[in-house]
Amino acid sequence: MVDQIRHMCVGINQILEQIHGFSRRCLFRVISMGPLPIHLAFIMDGNRRYAKKQDLEDGSGHKAGFSALMSMLQYCYELGIKYVTVYAFSIDNFRRKPEEVRSLMDLMLEKIKSLLDKESIVHEYGIRVYFIGNLALLSDQVRAAAEEVMQATAENSRVGLLVCVAYNSTDEIVQAVKKSCVTKLDRDMETIQLVDIEENMQMSVAPDPDILIRSSGETRLSNFLLWQTGSSQLFSPDALWPEIGLRHLVWAILNFQKSHSYFEKKKKKQM
Amino acid sequence: MDFNDPMLALSSWIGQVSFLIGDFGLGLLWRFIHIVVTLCHIVSGIFEAVESYAISLGLIQKYSSIDIEKLKCLAVVVDIEAARDVSKVVELLQWLTTIGVKQVGLFDSQGLLKKSKDMILEMVPRSVLLQETGEKDTSGIALEFISSSDNKEAVVKAANILFQKYLKSRHPGKDEGENVFTETHLNEALRVVGESVHVPDLLLVYGPVRSHLGFPAWRLRYTEIVHMGSLKYMRYGSLLKAIHKFTGVRQNYGV
Repeated sequence: MVDQIRHMCVGINQILEQIHGFSRRCLFRVISMGPLPIHLAFIMDGNRRYAKKQDLEDGSGHKAGFSALMSMLQYCYELGIKYVTVYAFSIDNFRRKPEEVRSLMDLMLEKIKSLLDKESIVHEYGIRVYFIGNLALLSDQVRAAAEEVMQATAENSRVGLLVCVAYNSTDEIVQAVKKSCVTKLDRDMETIQLVDIEENMQMSVAPDPDILIRSSGETRLSNFLLWQTGSSQLFSPDALWPEIGLRHLVWAILNFQKSHSYFEKKKKKQM
Repeated sequence: MDFNDPMLALSSWIGQVSFLIGDFGLGLLWRFIHIVVTLCHIVSGIFEAVESYAISLGLIQKYSSIDIEKLKCLAVVVDIEAARDVSKVVELLQWLTTIGVKQVGLFDSQGLLKKSKDMILEMVPRSVLLQETGEKDTSGIALEFISSSDNKEAVVKAANILFQKYLKSRHPGKDEGENVFTETHLNEALRVVGESVHVPDLLLVYGPVRSHLGFPAWRLRYTEIVHMGSLKYMRYGSLLKAIHKFTGVRQNYGV
């Protein structure tokens, strides 16, 4: 009797998931009648506050945050967004308590390795994964795993996932300036131009983001993509990152569609 | 065979027509969703306007006193179209003076406000140009005029200074010169090229969209960015609310 009830619940769950997925695809079909962003960026803020709010043990907030990330990526790639960038770990975050940093690095290693699984989202959507940041600051294990994933997905070209880890914008700018100077020296050329710095920015593998969403209601960029967001529309939904959902994404995109002509006009004036 | 070709053509035609009807229907639905979004904005706009008037009239207790000392440096980003109306910018600065803000950076991407600098300084009572040395006339408001040339172009100039230092520091027979590529060095180089934009605690965006519109990236690390709507319809109560909200923010700087 208990087994029968359990099977019924599983069946109902599956039907509800199918209905949810179908409704989502219909909604995306309607939204696609307007302009869609090519590149979306997320600051995944609020994992620790979520764990505290739900009275979970340390580290569970980040695990819940990872599930939220996978859902968001699924929605973005289903909708047809070409690039998604996420702020996974800032250089400033190294100043957190050593046990917390270690636990985050362990979680990151586990999740990076899981990207290589055959059932992972990478294979489902043909994602090319980039790890952007000062990777020399990571442990050898995490760095090696990241490089393995980048190599394994280098042939994928449908969509891109840029994971910013050991990253901050000012460091990215300094590294781009350094690379530009070293390259100029090698080529015996006189001055650095803007195009040199832009092409040496690690984020140059993708166009500038159209939308940047920071969860948990905070309104600052915290040293994320400062160079690239001059024409980006910024959103700060109050939801903590593990609570972020389809409605926040849809709201951001609908507002992007409303402002699209404003940014297009601005880009034309700059040319 | 002759019978099949017309049938194929007919089914393809039916497919195209249903596609068009389908697309037309989807387009209608899309417009309907956007009408709903616009209505949401109108309703929230009405609530904000009412709240703003209540704040201006002093009816909401918590906004009657603001700990303005927490706001060391404010920046205002103005959309290009709005920047042409200098009188509104002057009015905003007069409000900020009343609130007690001491230091304001004014940014528009094309430098229109920079060109109107003298007029603005004349029209805003007790306003002075913010000097790099940090000497401030404490009774008035110190203004700084910023444009896109203080953003990426300034970084390029600073990069060339570091490039020259890098060339000089390389000795023959040694692979690496002194490490001139640190944030401190770039900061110093930016100061040398004249990019001395003060780091704002709060950035108010007056324009149709919440975007920093190319404000100098190097200065935006931990700046709170708040969208205030159009400059033409700016409200004193909304300004007070934004500044008050800022004074309640606690940053952990990533730790």
